[in-house]
Amino acid sequence: MKSKSSRASAERPRKSKEAKGDHRVGVFVCECGGNISDVVDVKKVVNEARSWKGVAMARATTYLCSKPSIEQMKDWIRRVKLDRVVLACCTPNMHRKKFERSFKEAGLNSALMEIVNAREQGSWVHPDDPEGATQKTIDLVRGAVEKAKRSTPLEPMELEVERSVLVVGGGIAGITAALRLAESGRKVYLVESKSSIGGHMIQYPKVFPTLDCSQCILTPKMGDVADSQNIELLTLAKVKSASGVPGNFNVTVSLKARGVDPEKCVSCGACSQECPVSVPNDFNEYMDERKAVYIPFPQAVPSAYAIDFDNCTKCGNCVEACARKAIDLEEKPRERELTVGAIILATGFQLYDITQLGQYRYGKHPNIITSLQMERMLDITGPTKSSVVRLSDGKEARNVCYVLCAGSRDVSKGLPYCSRICCLYAIKQAMLLHKAGIDVWIHYIDMRTPGRRYEEFYKTARDEGINFVKGKVAEVVPASDQITVVAEDVTVNRLIENTFDLVVLCPPICPSRDSTKLAENMKVPLDENRFVLESHPKLDPLATKREGIFACGMAMGPKDIQSTVAEAEGAAMKAVNFLGEKREIEPANAFLGAPQNCNGCGECVQICPVEAIQVSQGKARINEIVCNGCGACIPACPTHALDLQGLTEEQLTAQIRAVLEGSRAETKIVAFMGKGTVYTAADIAGVNRLPYPSSVRTIPVPSTSRLSLEHILQCFAHGADGVMLLEPPEQEGSFGKAHTMAGERKEEYVSKLEDYGVDSIRLWFSNVYVPDWRKLVGAFNSFHSMIEGMGPINSETRQELVNKLEKRNRG
Amino acid sequence: MKNAFFPGCSLKTPARGFEETAISCARVLDLELIEIPRWNCCGTVYSLTTDDLMHHLAPIRNLIRAQKMAASGAVDDQRLVTLCSMCYNTLKRSSFLVKENPDKLKVINDFMDEEESYSAKVEVVHFLQLMREIGFRQLESKVKKPLRNLRVSPYYGCMLLRPRELAIDDPEDPKVLEDLLAALGAHVVDNPLKVRCCGSYLTANRKQTVADLAHDILTHAVSEGADALAVSCPLCAFNLDARQAEVKNLHPSFEFVPIFYFTQLMALAFGLNPEQFGFDTHTVDPRKLLKEKGLLDGE
Repeated sequence: MKSKSSRASAERPRKSKEAKGDHRVGVFVCECGGNISDVVDVKKVVNEARSWKGVAMARATTYLCSKPSIEQMKDWIRRVKLDRVVLACCTPNMHRKKFERSFKEAGLNSALMEIVNAREQGSWVHPDDPEGATQKTIDLVRGAVEKAKRSTPLEPMELEVERSVLVVGGGIAGITAALRLAESGRKVYLVESKSSIGGHMIQYPKVFPTLDCSQCILTPKMGDVADSQNIELLTLAKVKSASGVPGNFNVTVSLKARGVDPEKCVSCGACSQECPVSVPNDFNEYMDERKAVYIPFPQAVPSAYAIDFDNCTKCGNCVEACARKAIDLEEKPRERELTVGAIILATGFQLYDITQLGQYRYGKHPNIITSLQMERMLDITGPTKSSVVRLSDGKEARNVCYVLCAGSRDVSKGLPYCSRICCLYAIKQAMLLHKAGIDVWIHYIDMRTPGRRYEEFYKTARDEGINFVKGKVAEVVPASDQITVVAEDVTVNRLIENTFDLVVLCPPICPSRDSTKLAENMKVPLDENRFVLESHPKLDPLATKREGIFACGMAMGPKDIQSTVAEAEGAAMKAVNFLGEKREIEPANAFLGAPQNCNGCGECVQICPVEAIQVSQGKARINEIVCNGCGACIPACPTHALDLQGLTEEQLTAQIRAVLEGSRAETKIVAFMGKGTVYTAADIAGVNRLPYPSSVRTIPVPSTSRLSLEHILQCFAHGADGVMLLEPPEQEGSFGKAHTMAGERKEEYVSKLEDYGVDSIRLWFSNVYVPDWRKLVGAFNSFHSMIEGMGPINSETRQELVNKLEKRNRG
Repeated sequence: MKNAFFPGCSLKTPARGFEETAISCARVLDLELIEIPRWNCCGTVYSLTTDDLMHHLAPIRNLIRAQKMAASGAVDDQRLVTLCSMCYNTLKRSSFLVKENPDKLKVINDFMDEEESYSAKVEVVHFLQLMREIGFRQLESKVKKPLRNLRVSPYYGCMLLRPRELAIDDPEDPKVLEDLLAALGAHVVDNPLKVRCCGSYLTANRKQTVADLAHDILTHAVSEGADALAVSCPLCAFNLDARQAEVKNLHPSFEFVPIFYFTQLMALAFGLNPEQFGFDTHTVDPRKLLKEKGLLDGE
């Protein structure tokens, strides 16, 4: 009831009759040293609050976040036995955690506190409308009080984390990550699909810009992997599936049969001598053949032969030839189940299939080769023992042409991006060819040689006499044993034609096929070019969009070895940090509020963006660890069985009602804002003091997909003249397809509004993300003008709405 | 199946053989090509200036004829079949122009007030597309005399494959002629210059350029092992066939190469009467080669 005297209230907590309700709510309003109180009449807010049922005390303070103030509030919580607290102060993004921690010390659960944003979304944006700002604060505080009264204590879940890590891919990225993890004491499973680790790097004779022997620097690391006690190496292995939750992944690995026992095999090669089956040798880029029992290269790790069961005829010659009895032709493929805490994807690259670009005629003549084929040709252990020859007739090649950007940087037919390393490896190969007395011509669009000592490398190449022609190659035309290259020479502005013994195409770098399939299995989002998508391109480049799964190396985009190694070491660190914590899961998940209503229809299962729901024994079961609390499932439930912790149906409806009923504002707009991105945008608008009308009252929601048509109707029924749904676009928000669903739902709601007599333009939807804060304020201004112009919803319509809603609730 | 057919000027004069063999082969495949009445020259070159609508009157008028024929029920659909690559290119691009620009169509319709209005529904197709639709298996089943021992290299030229919006196949590495010739039993030889321009109208004032291009195209094909080339355009045929005299002047060691229209080869394989094939109009007489290969009875 009304207070006796508003002056006397200053220091002592007042007890009104109404405060003896179910709860004892404490309302504390911050003056913020004038930042709030210069516009908002905090005394008025406090006085109003005192008059509400359930409010045990209400107070204004200069600085709520100050140490003395917090101590004082803790004291009141204890003494006045407050069981709920509502603060009206700056944005919760400032001090929420601090308040939660402090009140916890006084015995108040963090879920029992509500914060009203009276500054960034209050005083700072309504400087010329103190009356409106005050009324708005009162309305929002009232809403918060009603919400708080219906809240229940919630505790975060603590999760034990599995300490081991799965590294997928045994190239330089995977090897580096595995070694760093092993050094930190973690157990590592290194899964590699081929019979040996080494990836593509082991195929190169030299690396740029130092022209180091690639195999010489890599093989010691491969040896380290073999020797490491903490690394379990699984070769001829692929990850079949990964389920479970971050910190506890259940991974199924399928292993092909090797047919050879690596413990017994000494790589003598006797088996290979006797094998009658020859197949194209993929290690040498199909330029020669290997046997069905083979070792891909001498320094393989594990150091053992393997049987290619796809081509083996099981003749048994190898079994006889093997003095160590290491071969078992009956070995079967098998599966292994692993439980790991984190996963690092290091699945590397493959070259684009350049036969798709007909102008290069790859595959139509043996002297048109790819850069990887040239790597093998240049290697002393390769198919030609490092002689550079025409593959058509074996004659020595006198001149070689490089076609750079053969498919990269091509928006019409090839791939749009730059493959980053081709300019450099072309120079590298050219240097080796030139040393052998071969005339080299490199046709390029741009020479891209950033990076450590790369420009110097390029200059050396030019000085050595390697020819560079600026201009794109138009086509490659076979002419008996030679090849004619038709190209633009931009420097002299002419079309030129030259004939060569060998033409080397530099095709785009693509993610490996297996990498794409695996990522899809693990629901790790990929970018538009099928590379693994980073969590944030600038500030979080080694995490994927799935918690606990990290990535490094070419799987995330073309790059040189130096960057790959750096990324691999970084990813190892990310994994170590991730495994270090005990994981606390915030209690904000969906739950069965009315389990008796659940009929196991499975609608929610389809909707959930993170597949957190399953139907078992006829009821929906929500995985609390996976659920991220977006709320999209709740309106989808046809029997209203689902609810959301932290914003239950009861809480939301009470809040909506309380914000609107009893408000003396003329025009009222309820703006439902997605909690992360949109709310932050609104705060930034506040920091920048960009004004908008005080009619806009924010109700934060995890995502507006939480809202059903009923919530919107309730807004209109209880006094709102306009409702705004503000949602981040899918790629900016953290709830995946829930964001897109919000937009789709809005379309549904708009079509139904007219049935309730409400003009559908009173429902506004826009996608907002953090940089859009000006656009957001523009939206507030436009919408307000429009609503003001339309005038309030007439009271009959409102009454009808109220009736209809009550009927729905009863029925 | 009955389809409206646009022959174009060359098919009635130097490329008579092309038309006659096409029509008879079509008949073997149960396809009746009915020439549209009162057709005029297609315009041959698509006018690139987008506001020059006068140049599009000729092709559009032909499309109106096709439209009328379709409405009369004399043919089974609204498609207009062409054989000459230039006609295909010009007619198709004009049809796209008015389809995408209704205001331009209106100007053209208003100008040609004595014709019925063109409603932009006719689809221009090339004979090769129909062959692909019918299916090369079906073609194969009609072959009476497979073209064994004949090593032939297809030559496409440009007009069927550029610009991309009307390409009947991949512009860099098309396959439709290869598939067709293989179905006829011939040994198909790939030619890296099969989509290199023949020089087109430069044959009128820059004969030497055409001769150089023809030289490259022909010698490449021959070096890959071809005995002859198969083409689909009267202008390409002229440049590659008639201009061989100029080629020989520039390169005395050059040896003549017969040029066929692909439909002539079809007719040969289907066992039709060679009198109709129009071999008399060729500069390089292909009959010698055919007799050598046992594909034509000697006389």
